[in-house]
Parts: sequence; structure tokens; C-alpha cells
Amino acid sequence: MQSSTRTPYEGIVMAAPVTIPYVRYSIESAQWWIGRALGALVAQAGIRPSDIDGLSVSSFTMGPDSAIGLTQHFGLCVRWLDTIPLGGASAVAALRRAARAVQARDVDIVACVAGDTNHVDSFRHTLENFSRFNQDAVYPYGAGGANASFALIASHYMRTYGVKREDVGKIAVAQRANALRNPNALMKAPLTLEQYLSARPVSDPIRLFDCVMPCAGAEAFLVMRDETAAALKLPAARLLSTIERHNAFGDDVVQLRGGWAMDAGELYAMAGVRADDLDVVQTYDDYPVISMMQFEDLGFCKKGEGADFVRSHDLTIDGSFPHNTSGGQLSVGQAGAGGAYLGMVEALRQVLGTAGPTQVGNARLGLASGFGMINYDRGLASGAAIIAGPLR
Amino acid sequence: MIDPIEPPPRKNPLTRTRLPTSPPKARSRTSHAFTRAAAEGRFVLQRCGSCGTYCYPAREACPCCLSSALTFVDAPRAGTLLSETTVRVPSDVYFRERAPWRVGLVKMECGPVIVAHLHADCEERAGVKMSFQLDRSGQAVAFASPEKETPNMSDDRQWREMTADPKFRRVLVTNGRSAVGQEAVAALKSAGAKTVFVGLAEPWKPLAGEKLLRAQEGIEIVPLDVADEKSTMDLAADIGGKVDILVNTTEHIRPGGLLDRRGTSVARDEIDQAYLGFINLAQAFGPGMRMRGADGVNNSVAWVNVLSVYALVNWPAFGAYSASQAGCLSLSHSLRAELRPGGVKVINLFTGPLDIEWFQTVPPPKVAPRAVATAVVSALQNGLEEVYVGDVAEEIRQRLAANPKAVERELGG
Repeated sequence: MQSSTRTPYEGIVMAAPVTIPYVRYSIESAQWWIGRALGALVAQAGIRPSDIDGLSVSSFTMGPDSAIGLTQHFGLCVRWLDTIPLGGASAVAALRRAARAVQARDVDIVACVAGDTNHVDSFRHTLENFSRFNQDAVYPYGAGGANASFALIASHYMRTYGVKREDVGKIAVAQRANALRNPNALMKAPLTLEQYLSARPVSDPIRLFDCVMPCAGAEAFLVMRDETAAALKLPAARLLSTIERHNAFGDDVVQLRGGWAMDAGELYAMAGVRADDLDVVQTYDDYPVISMMQFEDLGFCKKGEGADFVRSHDLTIDGSFPHNTSGGQLSVGQAGAGGAYLGMVEALRQVLGTAGPTQVGNARLGLASGFGMINYDRGLASGAAIIAGPLR
Repeated sequence: MIDPIEPPPRKNPLTRTRLPTSPPKARSRTSHAFTRAAAEGRFVLQRCGSCGTYCYPAREACPCCLSSALTFVDAPRAGTLLSETTVRVPSDVYFRERAPWRVGLVKMECGPVIVAHLHADCEERAGVKMSFQLDRSGQAVAFASPEKETPNMSDDRQWREMTADPKFRRVLVTNGRSAVGQEAVAALKSAGAKTVFVGLAEPWKPLAGEKLLRAQEGIEIVPLDVADEKSTMDLAADIGGKVDILVNTTEHIRPGGLLDRRGTSVARDEIDQAYLGFINLAQAFGPGMRMRGADGVNNSVAWVNVLSVYALVNWPAFGAYSASQAGCLSLSHSLRAELRPGGVKVINLFTGPLDIEWFQTVPPPKVAPRAVATAVVSALQNGLEEVYVGDVAEEIRQRLAANPKAVERELGG
């Protein structure tokens, strides 16, 4: 195993996993959702709002605000502030930045929160204004969201490695089984592989159950030093390692791998664990084929063997490889930037042993990954974190 | 291989006319270099002046060496279709109405990867030829066509959205008395136009070739004096709902500038015919064309102006005429913006002096009226917006790009 030269996240912990249950459409604003998440953080941690001295916010729909506007909106006086516009990679980025800030004692308690609303037409507005490359060179082609872009990536990936829709479908079907145990999941009906395969085509080879449902919701957690958590008598998970990478492998003509493939060795080296030590894995599942890509790039199998890996594992909560135990975005819903946090917050619950109906037995070591920002022809941002259950 | 399109059935007067919608039109300022190229039928990409890298989408610095010396240059069109998808449920209304819609990722031989609309005959992992086209929002989009000609190629559904092919469409040529007008009628007819309406002012005046025109099926001579508001409105009341393409061949050429003419009567005629004629035509036919931008196979698609290249820079020997043409050019930009919600293109053809009586004293090269007619059809078939016809026009274009002051001085003699 390679060794890491990075400064360990010694004594840095996460606490107070918060999910504000999602709704398909909301007439409320993103600020309303973020405010509720902050309120829940304070309530769960048993602290006062004034104890929060750091804030990290991610949202697609809180415009024209950034995090600074929210400090006054919510009456928070902070000495560390961050707005992270990295879509599906926002949670990992928020966590690693906050971790270093509390480690350096620039700040004591950082509230990391992501939330988005979903008005009937707001998803289209988000798409229209996503990025300059998207505006110039993708949106005018009828893509209307990431579906067509991911269809082009999926089609190329599946052809290159001989992946069948059944293989990808198994991921989605397992997640639905997990979601049926999560009362907050928007998808309440069981999903069979037959239903997955015969679903309404959206953008070949992508069909309906390859897609996430945009919705409104919020997710949050706290980052602090272990001594702070101990003083507050808060159950807390230890941060072992993180990676983050943007615009990796720009020379690959079509995306076959994400930035994880560049940094996975570092991720495990810093944590001092191996991939098969992990008890629970939450990948970023904007499309199940992207989860399969992560099984390879995060080192659970070799490149091109993602389909074999899926075939030989049970991905449900009680299976051989518990994956996206909440049901993931595919079955819980994608609350904008909240989608980045969904896996992270669930991983936190899992290693704290507070996941309730979706709890994996004896989950001590968890991984959550992020992926985001399909700026033009590929997802640019990727990241991952490994966290461990409390020592205390 | 694609099937030829069928002639559209007669319109059912009881059904509602579908209103035009527009694909997304927002672009960065830099990206409008592609709009410019598409307007002229060129294929350009940014190339780094320092390291030679071609890039796409439009950037402000080279992704290879961070040099800011990026310029848009004519680029090789060859690429390979790496991956394709058929979008079946787009969220955008324009595409939703036209789904399923095919797009793909094209790897250009010169480097970049381009998201492109696909001609139906493009096959995955095969070679394609790339162009920029103006879509119905008037903005540039990349379009991949098969490398080689395929049967019924121009009937492709997605290609036809980008173009204004006369096939099965009904065209009004506003001035059938001019040589350009008559050549345009013939060219449009042989390009498959269903009907060509030919405007004639003062129809009692004899017209060379009138018998031939009247004898042809699909050609209808209609009374039209563009300088007369009532005449234009009357014609629009009659045929306005079935003009899919309007070719404005209004022609009123008189020599002279300002000092050697007496009074304003000649200038007034020039303005009446060209400038006010343009306004009359636009007011009579424009609103209907804008409404019918999505009206099936024979929807309204284009308005063509045949202009003098001296609309762009004054030629004092024909100084007042040049000014009237400049006025028309300016009107065309207003019309273009006003027709855009209908997806109707406004195509300007700039010609050098024509080989006709009014340019008798002008030395060659002069432009044959047939060459103008051919250019009209080609601009429609390829969906262009700016076309320079003949050597003089092309030369003026290049000289204006190089140094407009020099052109002004040199044309001034």
C-alpha cells in the first residue's frame, strides 16, 4: 500500500447528521430549506446558534444569495465562511475544507449544509444557467439536463467494457430495495429488473430508472474537533481521509473514469485501510452507470470489471457490499446540491450506528464519494472521504 | 438511408396552426464567432497562436498553454462520431415537440470533441463532416453530416430544421420584371418549390418571357407594386398565408451621388422602391410568416434580400443608390430580430454590379443574374445568412475586413 505524506485529520470529527425530508416540489425557497437544516443541526447537537462559528453552504437555487447573505438571514456570526458550488462533489469539498479549518483552530464548529428547493420550473432554470460551456455548446442541443450528456458517456462506457443494461440495472434495483426501508425516500414502490429494463426510454441507453428525480430538500452535518464533540457529549465519527480532483484525465476523448482513479491510492493510504475493509459505501449515483464507474475507480475492482463486480455482489443493506443504503439519489430523490450530501450524511449515520431502518450491522468504516458538474462533455469534479465510527 | 419527404397535404383550415418555439438561444459573446461562421457557411474553431492547439467550446485562453492568442480560423471539418444518443424526453419545449432527436459526440481529427446535432445517416464510429448551422433561434450549432452524399440527404428532418430548403415550399419573388427575379423564379422552381408567386408591378406593361412564365405549372403571376402600400397589403390578403419564402428582388438602380443630381425626385424614387418597398413588404408579409414558423413541412422559413454590396460601403458613382441599399441592410437587421421568434431566417445576398442595363458603363467583372439566382437557392438549401455573390462582392468583403477606410478612399476615386 502506498503511504501518504499528508497531515492526518487527527482528532477531526463529524456529528449531527441532518436530513430534512424531501418533497417533489416545494413552494418554499432554498433559504427556507437551508434554515430548517441549520435549525435541525442546532437542535440535534444541543448547541445554541451562536456556537456555530463556521458555515459552508451549497445550493443551486439560493440565488442571488451566497453564504454571506445567509449569515445575516439566519443571525449567524461566523469567523469562517464558504460557498461551495461543486454540485455533486460539494459535500466532500465542504468536509475537507472545514476539517482543515477546525484542525488549524481557525474555527471550532462548522455547519456544513446543502439545500435546494424545486419549484415547478426551477430545474429548467438551473439547467439554462448551469455553466458557460453548457450554455454555449450543450444546452442548445436539446439535452435539457444531464440525461443526454450522460447517455453519451454511458453508451461509450458500456460498449467499451461490454456492460449490459442488466448489470447497471442491478444497482438501481438494489437501491430501491434499500429505499423501501427509508421512510424519507420519495420512491415508495418496489422496482424489479424487468421494470427497470422496460421503463420509458429517456435518452438511449438511459431509461427512466437510470435518472434521479429532482426534488426539494436539505442535508447537513457538523465538523469540529473531537474535544469539542466530547464537551458537547456528541456522538461523532472520525474523518480518516479525503480526496478531491477536478478536470482529471482531460485527454480521454469520452469519459471512462473520474478523478477518483487518479487519487484512490492516496485515499486508502491516508486512511490506512484497504477498499475491502469498508463496511458501507455510498457512491454518487446521479446515474447507476456512474456508480459502476466508481466501483472501478475507487478500487473495489479493476477498470472494466465493474459489471462483474456488480454481478458477484449483493448491493443491498444486508448484502455482501452494502451500497447507497438510504436508497441513494435514484430512489430518495435529488435535492439539488443536497444530492452531494445524501451519501455523506447516510455514511455518517451508518458509522454512528444511528441509521435506523437502513442500518448495516456493525458498520464501523464508511466511504462516501461525490461527482459533479458536467460542464461540457464530462463530469469534472470528483471526491471521496473515508470516515470511521467513534472510539469513545 | 432516409426516405424522401412527402409533399405536404393541403392545409386543413379547421386545425390550429402550431406556434413556433425556439431552441435555447443564450450564448457567450465569444461564442458568437460560430454564429458569424455559420451565417457565412464557414467552419471555424479557435486555434492557439502559441502552441497550435485547436479548442472547443469557445474559450478565452488556451487549455494547453494558457496563451490568450486564440483566434477563430477555418478548420478541417473531418471527425469521427464517438458516441450518439437519441433524446426522447427533452425538457425544452422546442425539442420536446421534435423528439426523438439525435445528438452525438464527435472527435475532430484536429483535436477537440464537439457535441453535435446528427444527420440521420451518421453512424457511430464512422467518419462525419462537421458544419456550423444557424438553428431556429438564429444561433450557431454544430451539425454532423455523413462524409459522403447519401440518398435524399437534404430531406433529413434535423437538417431541414437548420435550413430553408425551397423543396415543397411556396415562394414569392417580389419583382418578376428584373433579370434577377426571372432567374430566381426558374432556379427556385427547379429546386423543388411547389409554387412560385411572381410579383409584377403595372402588369399591363409588356414583359419579356411572360408567356414562358405563364405556361409553367406552379408559377403564378401576381400584381405587386412594392412601393404601393395598398398593392402589397392586397397581395398579402390574398396569398400571405402561403408564402413560406419571400425573395425580395426589388431593383431600382440609378447612377449619381449628391452634387450632380437636381433635387430629390430620383432619390425619392429610390427610397420609395427599395426602402419603403421593404417596409411595405415586411408589414404585409412579416407577421404572417412569423406566425407560420412551425407550420409543418411547408412552414415559413426565410426572407431573402438581394442587396448591393455597396450597402456596406458607399460607392459615390452610385452614391444615392448605395445609401438606399444601406437603408435596406439596416432594415434587414431589424427584420431579422423581429422574425426570430418565428424561426424565420433573413438572408442577405450582397452582389457586385450586375450584368444588366443599369450598369452598362461599369467595367467587368459583373455578376450574371443567373449567378444571383443560384446563390439564392444555395443559401436557402444551406441555411446561410450572409452571402457574397461574385468577385467584386467577395473582394469588397475582404477589403472591408482589412481596412474600411482604404475602401472608402479607393471607391471615391
